[in-house]
Amino acid sequence: MTFYIPQDTTALALGADSVASALQAAGIEPVRNGSRGMFWLEPLLEVATDTGRIGFGPVTANDIPRILDALEADASSHDLYLGPVEEIEYLAKQQRLTFARAGQGDPLCLDNYQALNGFKGLSKALGMSGQQIVDQVKDSGLRGRGGAAFPAGIKWQTVLDTRGDQKYIVCNADEGDSGTFADRVLMEADPYQLIEGMVIAGLAVGATQGYIYLRSEYPVAHRLLNIAIDRATAANFLGDNIQGSGKTFHLEVRLGAGAYICGEETALLESLEGKRGMVRAKPPLPAIEGLFGKPTVVNNVLTLAAISSILEQGAAAYQNFGLGRSRGTLAIQLAGNIKRGGLIELAFGVTLREVVEDYGQGTHSGRPIRAIQVGGPLGAFMPESQWDTPMDYEAFAAIKAMIGHGGIVVFDDTADMAAQARFAMEFCVVESCGKCTPCRIGSVRGVEVIDRIVANENRDNNLILLHDLCDTMEFGSLCAMGGMTPYPVRSAIKYFPEDFLLQDAEGSLLQAAGQGYK
Amino acid sequence: MNSTLEKTTDISGLIAKYKDLPGGLLPLLHAIQTEIGYVPDSAVPTIATGLNLSRAEVHGVISFYHDFKTHPIGRNTVQICRAEACQAMGSRTLEAHAKQTLGINYGETTADGNINLEPVYCLGNCACSPSIRINDDIYARVDTERFDDLMTGLLIEEGASK
Repeated sequence: MTFYIPQDTTALALGADSVASALQAAGIEPVRNGSRGMFWLEPLLEVATDTGRIGFGPVTANDIPRILDALEADASSHDLYLGPVEEIEYLAKQQRLTFARAGQGDPLCLDNYQALNGFKGLSKALGMSGQQIVDQVKDSGLRGRGGAAFPAGIKWQTVLDTRGDQKYIVCNADEGDSGTFADRVLMEADPYQLIEGMVIAGLAVGATQGYIYLRSEYPVAHRLLNIAIDRATAANFLGDNIQGSGKTFHLEVRLGAGAYICGEETALLESLEGKRGMVRAKPPLPAIEGLFGKPTVVNNVLTLAAISSILEQGAAAYQNFGLGRSRGTLAIQLAGNIKRGGLIELAFGVTLREVVEDYGQGTHSGRPIRAIQVGGPLGAFMPESQWDTPMDYEAFAAIKAMIGHGGIVVFDDTADMAAQARFAMEFCVVESCGKCTPCRIGSVRGVEVIDRIVANENRDNNLILLHDLCDTMEFGSLCAMGGMTPYPVRSAIKYFPEDFLLQDAEGSLLQAAGQGYK
Repeated sequence: MNSTLEKTTDISGLIAKYKDLPGGLLPLLHAIQTEIGYVPDSAVPTIATGLNLSRAEVHGVISFYHDFKTHPIGRNTVQICRAEACQAMGSRTLEAHAKQTLGINYGETTADGNINLEPVYCLGNCACSPSIRINDDIYARVDTERFDDLMTGLLIEEGASK
């Protein structure tokens, strides 16, 4: 019997190391796998038996002796027994492409990666021209998974077509949106897939150097990525003359330093150059003048990771998932006040309600859901009337919401939406790079105006002022930081007016809410 | 004073290591902070000369990023996640409790020099909020009681190492 206990951040945060120690004390050396992404079951202990892999969870170190006893007799007799892991409905109902390998084995084991179809996409790519690879990516319909959803193939074509003595592949692993962790899970559970995707990107556009810009808030991913890069280099999947092809690709992890704005691609490039993370005006596009002024592909972790399966299985296989212009799968991250939070990879088109009710099973607190924020701190708060919107980029954009990086944060009915609107502005104060006035100053004024509204100080005029301010930020900011901070603010006012002491048509206060504020 | 001098000497080794690395300033600052615990003001001219930058440029980078500290901080850094997923699970109560029981605000260090309290905006642990980070370890589902246990743990460790 082989035992598996994850070395994923969330599993560790819930005590996976002490479970591993308890196993070791019993003479068992567990495999430290990645997480399957079913976080409500972490630490999830998996045991490979003659009849397949079965799970127990969430386990603590104290559970281990009794689990070991149960395994000797009847595993299903233990109250934490979950049955065959891949038959757990939460996982079985998903369409896992990018996360197909996640949790299956030691993420750092190259043999394991190759046994599970790893580096097959790279082998194919090594026999193709740059243009052929770019064509595959275009045909797949893959759009950037970082948030902006720009077609990856078109970006790559621009870099391929731009002359440069040096080109770069930059992976944006500055996953700063609250409620998102898919990049982290991928890097911790299957780092070679990202490495493979980046090498393929390098082959496609003629880049020989890659950087993974990783946020410093991810110490576990940092450690694992560095080991994975060392091993991939030793096995000649990175470095010079990759697998005897004559092609070169070097890869390095660079650590951010706690600045949300560095998730914006031009600020990220400035930071990689060793400067303040100030947003650049576009044009020039990074594809033409990017890192150190050279043509640069900047893609999110999941975009680059998806490349390896697109090359392996073909563009058409990927294209078959999804709907409309949103092709492939979306890594949904279910978070906040939710009973069953975790990673859910599905084809585009599932509704928000299905995700929070079927997968999430409602709130962790057991209270009704009041608001759902999708797409991170710059995403709108969605009221119940919008929960049947299918999750695809266009459908969300049509109602002034955004999918972004796929994070879903659930709030129960104790949430104070005026406090959330204020926080959106406050976050912008803290994280604005300061380059443009609407964002730098607008956010400060935004906090003040919301404070006055909630204090019922000249409320009606201050609401007009706030809308004016939101217009200025939305249309006058250089990037999405200032440009989209109004989304959560406006949606909070529009759909939860009672929290802003708004009156109904008869002039009576809708509800004296907002009192828990501050 | 002596220790500051020694630390300045250490930095020249690090500068030699990073000065030719493209975009090497951030990796260098991280390395200095790992070594010393913060980036002393006295290091700025040395860094600037070493990397052929102006002092203003170096200062600008240090002050831009939340991670870089310019003064000594507590032996343990405790970060409380302030982002939305954690708010939805009660992190506002947790942060108020932390500030009150430790008797400090964000950016401050307890009088015994043990704990430095910082805000953080997302630790990527959002399915099991509220989250905190103590040095390089992240903890999930931290309510006020668990927070107190973890802080007591830090005090005990501190006592044991003395």
